[in-house]
Amino acid sequence: MGIEGSAVKQSIAKLSSVAPPPMALLAELTHRCPLACPYCSNPLELTGIKEELSTEEWIRVFQEAAAMGVLHLHLSGGEPASRRDLLELTAAGSAAGLYTNLITSGVGLTEKRLMDLADAGLDHVQLSLQGTNPASADRVGGYKGGYDRKMAVTAWVKASGVPLTVNAVCHKQNMDQLDDMLDLAVKLGARRIEIATVQFHGWAEKNRGALMPTREQVLKANDTVLAARKRLEGILVIDYVPADHHSSYPKACMGGWGRIGLNVTPSGKVLPCHAAETIPSLVFDNIREKSLSDIWYNGSAFNAYRGDDWMPELCRSCDRKAIDFGGCRCQAMALAGDANATDPVCIRSPLRDTLTKQADRDGAAIPGEFVYRGR
Amino acid sequence: MTEETVAISGAMTVKLARGVRLRRDDIRGQTVLLAPELAMALDDIAIKIVEALDGKRDLDTIIHDFATEFGAPREQIATDVLAFIRELANRRLLQVL
Repeated sequence: MGIEGSAVKQSIAKLSSVAPPPMALLAELTHRCPLACPYCSNPLELTGIKEELSTEEWIRVFQEAAAMGVLHLHLSGGEPASRRDLLELTAAGSAAGLYTNLITSGVGLTEKRLMDLADAGLDHVQLSLQGTNPASADRVGGYKGGYDRKMAVTAWVKASGVPLTVNAVCHKQNMDQLDDMLDLAVKLGARRIEIATVQFHGWAEKNRGALMPTREQVLKANDTVLAARKRLEGILVIDYVPADHHSSYPKACMGGWGRIGLNVTPSGKVLPCHAAETIPSLVFDNIREKSLSDIWYNGSAFNAYRGDDWMPELCRSCDRKAIDFGGCRCQAMALAGDANATDPVCIRSPLRDTLTKQADRDGAAIPGEFVYRGR
Repeated sequence: MTEETVAISGAMTVKLARGVRLRRDDIRGQTVLLAPELAMALDDIAIKIVEALDGKRDLDTIIHDFATEFGAPREQIATDVLAFIRELANRRLLQVL
C-alpha cells in the first residue's frame, strides 16, 4: 500500500523512446552570481543580463510547464535572488500549481524578501553551504561574509516555516569533514541535506587537482553517509551523490535523457540537462520561438538520446541500460570526445583505466590555489 | 509543536508539514504528495490517510474512524496506518502537534 513510486514505468528489454510528460523544470533565471565557486556548474560562457528572459516570458514558461504535467519548479541560477522579479516569478509559479523550490546561495536575500517569498507560496528553500565555518566556506565560495549571511538566512527560513535543504558540494578539501556538515544541517533545522560530490564538468575541470578526492576519502564518505542515515533517520533526510569517477557504473544522469526534467537557460534555450550545451552536435530550441511542449516532445536535442537506438552495441545489449540509461552524455563527450560513446565511468568502457589513472593522479595532487569562477 | 521527530504512536496528532501537500495530477491521472525533491503517487488508501491528517484527531481516533467506516479489524487498520505514517515521518513530511 501507500507509495507506488515513480509513475514512469520502463521496459527492461527495449528502452522506450516515447517521452513521458516532464516532472520537473529547472529555471536558470540568471547566470549572475556573487559567488565564485571553483566547481561552478554553469557553462563556461555565461549569458549576460541583457539576454535574460523577461518576467512575462518566464511566467509563460511556468504556465506551459504546469499544463504539460510539470510538478516541481526549481528556481535556480546563477543566484536567483539577483533577479529583481524573483517574488513575482515565485508567485506566478505557485499560482500555476507548481511546487516552487528556491535554489540559492542566500546572498541577495533579506529577511523581508524571504518572508515575502514565503507568503507568495514558496514551498522549499535549498541553501548552498561551501563549508562549516566562515574561513573555509568563504574561501571556497570566494565571497567574504558569505557564511555569516547564510547563517542569517537559515534563521529566517526557520522562522518562516518553509522547509530547508542544505546543499553541500563535497570534494578533496572538505570530504573528511562530512560529519561536521551533517551536524550543522541538523543544528540549522534542515529537514534534508544533499551531499553531492563535485562533478568534473565545466569549471570544475580547471580545478581537478584541488577538488578530486582520493579513493580512500570516497570510501570513507560512503561509510559516513551510511552511518548517518541510520543515526539521523526521521531527523535529517540525506540524499547523496557519490563520486562518479570512483564508481564502477555510470550514474543515471538526469534520470535518463529527456525523461524526467528539462532546463531553461537565462536566455530561454531549453536543454535536456544543464551541461548539454557542451555537446556541439546538438541544436537547442528557444522558448522565444517554440512552445515548451513542442520542444520537449519534438525537439531534436531531446530526442537525440531517448530510448536506446543511439547507443553503441556495448550499451544496447547491456541489462544495466534500464538502470542508468547509458550514463552521462556530456561526460562521454568530455572524456571520449564522442557524445554517443559508452560513459567512460563504466567498467566496461575501454577508457575506464585511463579515467581511473587520471582520477588517482588528481586525487593525489597537492591542492594549489583555486581557479575561481569569473575572477 | 516540535521539530524533533519522535517514535510514532497512536496517541499522536500529526499533519503534513509546511512544504508538503497533496495535489491532483490530471495529466497522469493520479494524486501525488509533493514535498522537497519528491512527488509520490499515492493509491486510494494512502490518499485517504493523508486526507485524514486534519491536525485535530489523533492517530488512534483516525484508525477507529476507518475501522468503523470500512468494517475492518482495528488491528489491521492500525498496522497499515502506522506503517505509512512512520514512512512519512522518516522522510520528514509530518509535523507533530
